[in-house]
This record gives sequence, C-alpha cells and structure tokens, in this order.
Amino acid sequence: MTMLDAKIPNGPIEKKWSEYQATCSLVNAANRKRMTVIVIGSGLAGGGAAAALGELGYHVKLFCFHDSTRRAHSVAAQGGVNAAKNYQNDGDNVYRMFYDAIKGGDYRSREANVYRMAELSVRLIDTCVAQGVPFAREYGGSLGNRSFGGVQVERTFYAQGQTGQQLLMGTNSAIARQVKAGRIERFSRHEMLDLVVKNGRAIGVIVRDAITGEIERHAAHAVVLGTGGYAKIYYLSTMAMGCNATAAWKAHKRGAFLANPSFVQVHPTSLPALGKHQSKLTLMSESLRNDGRIWVPARAGDDRSPEKIPDSERDYYLERKYPAFGNLTPRDIAARAAKEQIDAGHGVGPMRNAVFLDFRDAIAQHGRETIQSRYGNLFGMYQKITGIDAYVTPMLIAPSPHFTMGGLWVDYELMTTIEGLYACGECNFADHGSNRLGANSLLQACVDGYFILPSTIGNFLSSRIKEPLSPTDGPEFDQAESKAREDIQKLLSIKGRQPVDYFHRTLGATLWDCCGISRSRESLNRGIEQIRELREQFWNDVNITGGAHEPNSELEKATRVMDFLELGELMCIDALHREESCGAHFREEYQTKEGESLRNDEGFGYVSAWQHRAEGEPILHKEPLSFEAVNVMTRNYK
Amino acid sequence: MELNLRIWRQDGPDTPGQLVDYHLDNADPGMSFLEMLDAVNEQLINNGERVIEFDHDCREGICGSCGMVINGRPHGPAQGSSTCQLHMRSFQNGDQITIEPFRASAFPIIRDLKVDRSAFDRIIDSGGYISTNIAAAPEANSILISKDEASHAFDAAACIGCGACVASCKNASAALFTSAKVTHLVNLPQGKVERSTRVVQMVNQMDTEGFGACSFTEACEAVCPQQISVNHIAQMNWEYNRAKLGI
Ligand SMILES: Cc1cc2nc3c(=O)[nH]c(=O)nc-3n(C[C@H](O)[C@H](O)[C@H](O)COP(=O)(O)OP(=O)(O)OC[C@H]3O[C@@H](n4cnc5c(N)ncnc54)[C@H](O)[C@@H]3O)c2cc1C
Ligand code: SF4
Ligand code: FES
Repeated sequence: MTMLDAKIPNGPIEKKWSEYQATCSLVNAANRKRMTVIVIGSGLAGGGAAAALGELGYHVKLFCFHDSTRRAHSVAAQGGVNAAKNYQNDGDNVYRMFYDAIKGGDYRSREANVYRMAELSVRLIDTCVAQGVPFAREYGGSLGNRSFGGVQVERTFYAQGQTGQQLLMGTNSAIARQVKAGRIERFSRHEMLDLVVKNGRAIGVIVRDAITGEIERHAAHAVVLGTGGYAKIYYLSTMAMGCNATAAWKAHKRGAFLANPSFVQVHPTSLPALGKHQSKLTLMSESLRNDGRIWVPARAGDDRSPEKIPDSERDYYLERKYPAFGNLTPRDIAARAAKEQIDAGHGVGPMRNAVFLDFRDAIAQHGRETIQSRYGNLFGMYQKITGIDAYVTPMLIAPSPHFTMGGLWVDYELMTTIEGLYACGECNFADHGSNRLGANSLLQACVDGYFILPSTIGNFLSSRIKEPLSPTDGPEFDQAESKAREDIQKLLSIKGRQPVDYFHRTLGATLWDCCGISRSRESLNRGIEQIRELREQFWNDVNITGGAHEPNSELEKATRVMDFLELGELMCIDALHREESCGAHFREEYQTKEGESLRNDEGFGYVSAWQHRAEGEPILHKEPLSFEAVNVMTRNYK
Repeated sequence: MELNLRIWRQDGPDTPGQLVDYHLDNADPGMSFLEMLDAVNEQLINNGERVIEFDHDCREGICGSCGMVINGRPHGPAQGSSTCQLHMRSFQNGDQITIEPFRASAFPIIRDLKVDRSAFDRIIDSGGYISTNIAAAPEANSILISKDEASHAFDAAACIGCGACVASCKNASAALFTSAKVTHLVNLPQGKVERSTRVVQMVNQMDTEGFGACSFTEACEAVCPQQISVNHIAQMNWEYNRAKLGI
C-alpha cells in the first residue's frame, strides 16, 4: 500500500485553481496543431473536453459507441444543473456551494476539487447560455432558478424537465463547430475495447467499429476518458442500455487505480420493475417529493387498493422517522428507508417492490390544476409507462441505482495513475464523495470537460512537444489488439445455453442484494462468491449468435458484461474493506441505535484506490482526506 | 398475450431484405415495445440464430436512438411517443404487427431495423450552432430573453434527432429536423448573428445529403415524438428566403 499524492496546489482553497492556472505550463498554438488527443465519450464531460481541446487547436479524435455524439446518457438528466450565481440573492456563494457538496458527500471527497467545481459553476452558466441553451426564464427575461436536492438556496438552473438534453445539445453544437473546422475527427459507433500503454504512459486505444466489426488502432499524445458511470452493472437502473464500464475497467487493468468503486447512489424515486421483462427503470423527478407523501400499508402484505386504506392504517414512514425533513430527506436516507419497508413485506405493486407516492393531500390542498402545472409532464410520463392515472391513484415508486460516485482515481489535474490518461465526468471519482448532491453531476461533467482538462492537459503535453505519435505497429498495440481479438473469439466460440442478458440480470440481482443500498460483511462475502461463480459460468455457458465482423449487438453486450463481471467483485471487495457507513455506503454493522450511519473518520477518512493484479487480490492504496476549509460534522436529518 | 410479428430482416445495405414472420406467445401488456423485441431476440438466440438488430439506448424517449416503422407508422400508434415509450398494452392479443426500418435514401440501412442517420449530424455540422468559444461567454444575465422566446426556442430544441419525420414523409424530407435547429437558434438573441449563413448552409447540406423537398403534408408533425410543430418549417423557409434576398 502506498499513500497517493493528488498534487493539490498549495495556498488557500479559494486561490488554488487560479494559482494553478497562473503557473501551469502551456503549449503554444503552433504546437497544439501537431498534437493528437483521443477523447472517448461525447457526453458533457468527453464532448465538452473534445470541443474545448478542438477550440484550442489540438487534433482531437472523438469516439463514442452511440450512432451520434448527441445521444450520450447526459441527455437523460432531467432536474437541473447547479451554479453559485446567487441570482436569487438568497445568500448563496461559492463557499456555500462547496460546503454543501462536501457535507452532502459525507466528507469523503477531496476539498480542493470540490471547491474548484463550485468556483467554475459560475462561468458554466455563461457558456451554456452563449451556446443557446434555453434555460427557464423569469418574466423580466433573467434566468430562473429552483431549489433542488435538500439545499437551502435556489441555485439550480433548468430547462423544463430536459436539462441534460439541452446542455448536451449545447455541447454537441460546440462539437459540430469543431468538426466543421476540421479539428475534431468524429468516430461514432466505435467502442473502446482497450487502452494501449507503453512504459507507464497512455499512447493510444483499441476500438471496434460496430458496423464492420473491424478492430482499429489509434495513437495519441494523451487519452481522455469521459465514458460515464457504471450503474448499469445492476442491470435494472436509470442508466441507458449501453452504459458500460469497459473503457474505465480496461484502463484499470492496464494500471489506472479505481477509487471507491462501491459508492453507488440509489435514487429513491424511480419507477419499479413491473415484471420480469423489465430492462431499465425510469427516473421520476425528485421534485415530486415536494408535494407527494410517501407511505406503505402499516400491515405487511396488505393488498387492498390504496384508496381503500384509511390514514390510520398507513405508515408515512419518512414523516414518522425524520420529522424535520419528512418526505424531503436526502436521497440515500429516503432510498434506504424504502428498501427497509419493502424488505419487511410492506412493499406494494405487482411485484411488491415499491412504495406509494401519494398526491391526494396536495391535490386537496392546492387543487388539481396547480399540481398539474407543477408536474403535468411527469404524471403524463408515468401514465405512458404504467397506464395508471396518478391524479387518482398514488404512484408506485422504488429505489433504483442511478449514479456512481466511484470511478477512476484522478489527481487534481484529472490525470489517472497512468501518465497521459485522463478521466472526466462520471467515470472519475473526484467530486461527490460517498453521496452526490442532486444537480451537481451535470455540473461536474461540464466543468471537467470545458474548463479543467483543457488547462491541465496542456501542462502535461507541454513537455511532450517534440515527441512524435507512437507508431501503431509497435508491440504494445500488437498485444492490446490481439487481446481484444482473443476475447471476442473466445466469447463467440462458447456457444453455451444462456444469452448475455441472463448473466447481466443475474449479476445485477446479486449486486442489488449483496452490495446495494445496504451491505454487510456476510452479504458482501456472499456476493463475491456468487459473482465468481457467475463469471465462471459466463465463460462456459454464454450463447452469442452472429459473428465478429458484422454488426452484432449481442457481442457488444457480451464485451460489456464480461467487464461488469469483474468490476462487480471489486465493488464488493471495496465495500467489504470499508468498515464504516458513510453517504450511500451503508454497512449494517456500523449504525447507531437509531439506525443512522456511523462514520469512522479516523479509520476510513481516505479514498480507497485499488490497483489491479493479474493474479490475486487487488492492492489497496489510500489517499488520505484532510479538511482545512470545513469542520467535519455528522449529518443529521432528524 | 400472443403476437404475430412480421419483421424486416436485411443483412446489409447492399443485400436484399424481406419481411420474416415471428410468433411470440408470452408477451406482457406491461412490456415496452423494445422489451417485446428483446423477448423475440431471446427466442432467436436460443435457436442459435442471429438477433434482430435495432438501435436503442435510453429507453425513455430522450436519446433519439430508437425508431422503427410499426404497422406503417414511424414509432407506432401512440401520439407523441418514441418507440421505446410505446407499450404492448396499446395492442391486442393476437395482433399482427409489421415492423420495418425508417426508410429514406439518406438513411441507408445498416442491418435489419438499424439505419445510418449520420446525415443528421452533418446537417448540424454545416452550421447548426452558435459560433461562440467556450471561455468567451458574457455574463449569462446580460442576455435577457423573454419567457416566450425561451419557451419557443425550447420547443424546437426539444428535437431528439430520431428521424421519424423523415421516415413519415413521402419525399423523405428532413425539413422538420433541420427547421427545429434553425428556429431554436434564431429565436434567441445570441443566435441571430449568424442567422443567414446558418439557414443557407443547413438547407444546402440537407439537399446534399439527398433528403427530399418539403411539400407540406404535415405527416412529420403527426409522428414526431416531441410534437415539434410544422410552423418551424414555415419559419425556416421564411429565414431562408430572407437570407437569399439579403434583407
Ligand atoms: C436519468 C438520469 C437523470 C439525471 N439527472 C441529473 C440531474 O438532474 N442533474 C445532474 O446534475 N445530474 C443528473 N444525472 C447524472 C448526470 O446526468 C451524469 O452524471 C452525467 O451526465 C454524466 O456525463 P458524462 O459525460 O460523464 O457521461 P455520459 O453522458 O454517460 O457519456 C458517456 C459517453 O461515453 C461513451 N462511451 C461509454 N463507453 C464507451 C466505450 N467503451 N467506447 C466508446 N465510447 C464509450 C458514450 O457513447 C457516451 O458518449 C442524471 C443521471 C440519470 C441517469
Ligand atoms: S423533428 Fe421530431 S421526428 Fe424529426 S428528428 Fe426531431 S424529434 Fe424526431
Ligand atoms: S431508446 Fe432513447 S429515445 Fe428510445
């Protein structure tokens, strides 16, 4: 084990980033043209980085597995993006925003990074507006805000319920502009299968063209991953079907440390699975909790229809347990409380896996019209999916894996432990600690890509100006390409009895059970066992039809699930080693008498960063966390 | 429920395709349309056959990946819905459902129900943006935009780039898609600077890609999952004429 150095600049927290920018090395414009940067991912993080690097004049090769850069899963974010503009004059500022994120993350994030995120939030909104993002407006024409995710100020900017889409269209237009200028080469329908590393430095990638099946080699002076989160490992999640960990996991196997992989945020208000066929869970905006009351029947197994259950036989468990915050308790607490009720047999809905979110009282109080004006589109979406009218019958909601705080370990410059390999957006671990605050991740993805990487990557590339691109016929490329080919050949040759989805669903159910909202030593050990067995079974019994040199969506799924089956084990190992409860990581052994998280700052006040080994257990490295700008406190939402 | 499906199968852009019959006897009314296809694919895998290829990702109507022609209508029978948001409760037990790809010469078929919509990206590349540098933006509230303008721009910007408008059009015109971007930007003060070059370049690119001309049948609006209005096309035409006349 070593202690990791995050290379945090000296000086007071509010000066670190400007100090860094004032002193980092630069690459001049003429040299930038000669340097190639590979960016994997066209979401807000990767797409933003690609556009910004293109503007600077670098030659950018931008890859995504989607058929268009516009489809990255950032597109699905509904709620909004935070920024410390203080337009509402309600006492917001950069420090407060920073403090909220540190506290929300339960003191498991890195102060300097979080402060920088808050600091850069201010400029982000300017950039988005200039791009044409149609944020909500006040009557006078200025920007509107709302409050979001349990903070006391209104700092969330939004574009109806489609904020992510609108931000991404801004990014995508910035990409288009650079494509036209000839500075971004776009490779859609290309999936990264491996990273090429030479003497500890990233020199390129191996990708598969999803149409021809061709395996290609691409070299670069630096590689940036913006490949998003891995919550799809649970199969049922709010992530898109193609979300994967392959790029990050392959980088991990090539030497990049993976940090806090067990920190997964479960969203309390998604739609429940309604049958065995369910392939994904749709998020219902958290804003519904402002007016909806959450309850379950007080008697386990009560299957009367909700309207028939009188108030005296309902358990409004959030209001009962957390009178101060009630239905607005933070995500992790609300999600865990729901799971407790479901596990205790109080679950409702066809699969008894949900709780009620009831608007009866809000409609009685404010009238149907007001509720419709607030949530009309959400009620419509709910009806579209379930066929149920939520004005009449309470909604069914359930917790669902939603966001991964864990990810590739990066230093202050967003560089991983592989030189020249960067990670931005949800695929790194940096800013959300053990629990992300609502509307902070669009922010993080954007500022990583638009503002931070373009500076920090220059600091690295400035010392590489004279170096030519690595030739793609070198032994490292040979080795990585043949590994990718072998994996594919092996997968196709098994011809077993179960489709890929079977393994993905089983893995997801195992993780949900053993390494989900709450974990214990026993469940995690069981999870590790089961995942190992499942992996073994996968390599003997998976059935993939079609070939390697053609479009083959089953093969694409298989290469992703193959990596998930390894990552799942590491998530359990990480959760097992962390003998405390913090944020979204709730270890049953470590709770107060009242059932609240028991954090252990002395023993676990660090980031766990795992190093892969070809044989044997991964090695744990630690980045100690010290807090200078805030006092460490215990969360209390009672 | 039981379903009789006729699904377009085609190996590649240059091979002939045909409708093939499939039977599914355990569909659930709560399934989404794509989950129903997952079930068909699972049968195929169990029989050792290659699966039906189709694009999809978010499965919640926002990424624009999915899209197929269902019983002759792009995205199927539900109003204002993408294919992934369509549920089997919209069909009856025993129904016959015909499923085909989005057809247009500018959208070559890749395989089965998967088509190449990269022409849309090239239309955006040609000018569908505001030429602003990321770090060069003025203070956001220095640009005041009325609620109406913002919401008008939003209505257009909500396009998900699925291509149903093209598939529904007898001319395979991309006018609705292109106009949505043109009007999104021109309705905002910051988008007005480049209004003339933008609209001309985008319309030219649309023609270059081989999309047909718009003859205003309004079929596109009827199938658009985001219910983008054909008024945007009218506005685009106006913008185009304005640019050409130099007013
Ligand atoms: C339903 C939902 C709602 C949300 N709502 C909010 C919200 O209101 N506010 C908020 O702040 N956050 C929200 N979030 C979180 C936020 O949207 C994400 O954290 C953020 O958008 C991630 O951006 P990204 O650029 O890191 O990744 P993504 O947008 O996921 O982009 C990943 C990119 O990587 C590419 N890629 C992945 N793997 C490979 C590979 N192997 N090879 C090639 N390309 C690859 C993909 O094609 C894609 O282009 C929400 C998330 C979800 C799921
Ligand atoms: S205009 Fe409508 S139908 Fe056409 S691409 Fe956009 S969302 Fe799809
Ligand atoms: S899969 Fe994303 S819109 Fe249908």
